[in-house]
Amino acid sequence: MKVLKDLLYTKTHEWVKFEDETTALVGLTDYAQDSLGGIVFVNFPEEDDELISGEVFADVESVKAVSDVYSPLTGVVAEVNEELLDSPETINDEPYEAWFVKITDITDKQEFLSPEEYGAFVEKEQEE
Amino acid sequence: MERKTPLYETHLKYHGKMSPFAGYLLPIQYKEGVIKEHNAVRNRAGIFDVSHMGEITCTGTEALKNLQWLLTNDFNGMTDGQARYSPMCSEDGMTIDDLIAYKRGENDYFIVVNASNKDKDFKWMQDHQKGDVQFCDCSDQTAMIALQGPKALGVLKKLTSDIPDKYYHAIFDTKAAGIPCMISRTGYTGEDGYELYMESTYASKMWEELLSAGEEDGLIPCGLGARDTLRLEAGMPLYGHEMSEKINPLEAGLGFAVEVKKDDFIGKDHLSDKKELTRKRVGLKVTGRGIIREDQDVFINDKKVGFTTSGTYLPYLGYPAAMAILDIGAAKKGTKVNVNVRGRNVEAEVVSLPFYSRKRRVLG
Repeated sequence: MKVLKDLLYTKTHEWVKFEDETTALVGLTDYAQDSLGGIVFVNFPEEDDELISGEVFADVESVKAVSDVYSPLTGVVAEVNEELLDSPETINDEPYEAWFVKITDITDKQEFLSPEEYGAFVEKEQEE
Repeated sequence: MERKTPLYETHLKYHGKMSPFAGYLLPIQYKEGVIKEHNAVRNRAGIFDVSHMGEITCTGTEALKNLQWLLTNDFNGMTDGQARYSPMCSEDGMTIDDLIAYKRGENDYFIVVNASNKDKDFKWMQDHQKGDVQFCDCSDQTAMIALQGPKALGVLKKLTSDIPDKYYHAIFDTKAAGIPCMISRTGYTGEDGYELYMESTYASKMWEELLSAGEEDGLIPCGLGARDTLRLEAGMPLYGHEMSEKINPLEAGLGFAVEVKKDDFIGKDHLSDKKELTRKRVGLKVTGRGIIREDQDVFINDKKVGFTTSGTYLPYLGYPAAMAILDIGAAKKGTKVNVNVRGRNVEAEVVSLPFYSRKRRVLG
């Protein structure tokens, strides 16, 4: 399972990559995509939608089940990765390339885990 | 506390993701994942541990008479080795379970039932039996492996030449790879295939023999996830979904296995008039965006016309689809409906079942 060093993580398995103080990309971690299995559908918000930190902003569906994705940030959707709508399997293949949305005007954020903390967190979750 | 099938350790060895199902710990998938496992069975071959299924023997001079009374299908005229599918209904015509009964010989039948219903079925049979008949639950001693896919026959030929040549036929007391077993030409995937029954102690050896025999044909182990998507794609009903104690076999589209011309059977009064059907099982193909799951309400405009019973993304056909029980008026092919998917409207269209048919595919 891959955990990239230059990203921040949440306990609900999203990754965050800040481009500057108020803009960031958000996606799903390698661990999350692996547990979900083959992803066949994604449901994303639209541009200009306001997201609230800790609330559901998207869902991803595998053949087995649907899973909610939580926003790590409060802000506005500046861009949606529309390529994923047509080829959601990219999330399985390249989880850290497959960003879901770009969020701007960030006013609030969750407490993030560092790559080391997230790695340890997942290891613990796997044991349970 | 979940029970383990005789193949539990084998599943761990092959990285099965274990999960509770019908009281057993079973692999939902292996490392390849549901989609690859599904397509392996459509294109090549796969093996499944289905040891959780229940097996009940029915013997005695009045065995046949009891099957005729307990089950909706007609069991007259069967040859030794022949199998027949049937629902089992309660007095109100609702479905207690669906099962397959094999004729092993005169007064000797072997019945395979759903794992989650096994105890209920066994009790029902005992409570409603008449005359000289004995029902015996032999599930715990019996392991079952399904070998499915277009390459299944070729794989099995490497282990034995004693193979049933007709669909829904079985050979009892035979051997494969030197292991005593029963082989039936049956399955739950929409592909050609076989189901092998053996004593639990032989299960892991049989599994390994099948895996190595199938290696060059691309056979892989498959979990319950693929078993579910395969049967759904092939439009096959699953107890507790398409039929239940609230959905009768006619509504579930199983009229072919309800033989109202035979003498009395439990539930007959409520299953005799097919014209009285007020709702029926249909296929729904998603025409909008989204994936429909089970237990979601189906609407035409704002009027509720039914509910879904199973739904997923069909891995081989490559589109999302569902099965649903709809009011007769809404069940016509081509009818446009909306499905409420967690508050979101997903458009779908009524299509005929099955979604996938091997015959249709072979014919092109």
